[in-house]
Amino acid sequence: MRFRAASDQALLVHLGEEIGLRTRERVVRLLGLLQREPLPWVRNLQPAYCSLLVSFDACAVDHAHVEATLRSYEKRAQEIALPTPRLLEIPVCYGGEFGPDLEKVAAAHGLRADRVIELHCSRTYHAYFLGFAPGFAYLGDLPDALATPRLATPRKKVPVGSVGIAGKQTAVYPFATPGGWNLLGRTPLRMFQVERDPMELLDVGDEVRFRPITRQKFSALENR
Amino acid sequence: MNTLVVEHPGMQTTVQDLGRPGYGPMGVSPSGAADAVSLRLANLLVGNPAAAAALEMTLLGGSYVFPEGGVIALAGADFGASLNGRALETAVPHAVTPGGKLSLGQTRSGARCYLGIAGGVRVAPVLGSASTHLLSGLGGFNGRALQKGDVLEIGAPTKRLPRRKISAKARDMFQPRKILRVTAGPQSDWFLEEAQRALLQSVFRVTEAADRMGLRLEGPALALRAAKEMISEGVSLGAVQVTPSAQAILLFVEQQTAGGYPKIANVIGADLFCIGQLRPRDEIHFARVTFLEARQLWIEQQQLLNSEEFLFA
Repeated sequence: MRFRAASDQALLVHLGEEIGLRTRERVVRLLGLLQREPLPWVRNLQPAYCSLLVSFDACAVDHAHVEATLRSYEKRAQEIALPTPRLLEIPVCYGGEFGPDLEKVAAAHGLRADRVIELHCSRTYHAYFLGFAPGFAYLGDLPDALATPRLATPRKKVPVGSVGIAGKQTAVYPFATPGGWNLLGRTPLRMFQVERDPMELLDVGDEVRFRPITRQKFSALENR
Repeated sequence: MNTLVVEHPGMQTTVQDLGRPGYGPMGVSPSGAADAVSLRLANLLVGNPAAAAALEMTLLGGSYVFPEGGVIALAGADFGASLNGRALETAVPHAVTPGGKLSLGQTRSGARCYLGIAGGVRVAPVLGSASTHLLSGLGGFNGRALQKGDVLEIGAPTKRLPRRKISAKARDMFQPRKILRVTAGPQSDWFLEEAQRALLQSVFRVTEAADRMGLRLEGPALALRAAKEMISEGVSLGAVQVTPSAQAILLFVEQQTAGGYPKIANVIGADLFCIGQLRPRDEIHFARVTFLEARQLWIEQQQLLNSEEFLFA
């Protein structure tokens, strides 16, 4: 474990130094234990690939106390059973106006657009964590043949439901936010809905597959 | 049922309280008042719990009618308010007679003015809070900024008009600072020494790209020692993150919960409310403090905010 003060009221704990399922398990277990046995001074928890950011009530505790407590929690985190992964399928209408970067990504890898779609749909992805925006699940790992750097200049507004790739990750944008990922297509599914319980479609630990659909099917699903 | 009718919504008026911390695992940032100190004061002035839901107005206030009347107070920036056409003093509670109209203009000082209403603004809490999260359309009044014609339910005042005003020493203490105090960021040591010096010795100007998610600053380039790939991690409120173009962004109440830019510093808890009063083109400085000093400042601020004796004259 490696600790870093992020602010006067937040401590960052690293549980590994590389993105991978082993580190993800440690993050999910520590997060799970902190949720099962909540501490009164914890204000917020922000998981990521290899780390957990713990915000705390600075009137009650300081960084040293938080660190000591997290060390003792981590020792017991093995008790936490990992949730049985759910497998979710996300229908995507690839290319055209929905996937403005599809052709460019294909060209960059010397592939045909069909092959990019095939590769994107060839894997079962793991949801590493939710972050960035409500319901935004970081999914990995993309086949090496598709690993693509972020756009040099991020878009000011990425349409809701856009499916993007960046590095070895892929994700669906739950809201129209700024974004620097390459957009391959769009899903009619709502990734985050306030009126739904739970609000988020994907959770940490879920497994995800993408499936290509036609424009007609997209419209039909969108209107349902 | 007592109501408030939006005649003109101003530039961006939202329902806010002290936010909804605790939903980081869903990717939801806490939101809540940009200037939490002023929201608390506006509530306390009208006899509400400090964390009650109030209206946050941004740069331009708007106008609001109270068909059944009520008790109100303004705190934060001066928006040149008037009640039924007569100038209205801020930081003091006022009774509004039925049909009374509150009008506010453009800001004369900071960025945000808070309208506290006795009994609070009544909206259904979402994830335990009334605060609006604009990006995701969560909470507040239908998850959005107020629009012309909206009718909001407000509580009825339960007490007589509270006789209180903010004390001179409290006004002084809670004057928004333009020198923001920071602690070291989790990647401070990734930056060149000259970048660390530049951070503390230069003027930074708030750009037009400043909202509840974050404020993009314009200033000297804050360069890394070496280009380094960073794995996305949780980012804290008030983080000073540096983009590949070496410019700084201050992460604010509706922030992204994770990100992959290195952070050179973090604004201390006691100065977060000052960010809520920054306007585009404002010039700010950063000053370094230790984690221990930051903690002492926070504890002192919380004690003062809980002391009616200190706050009111």
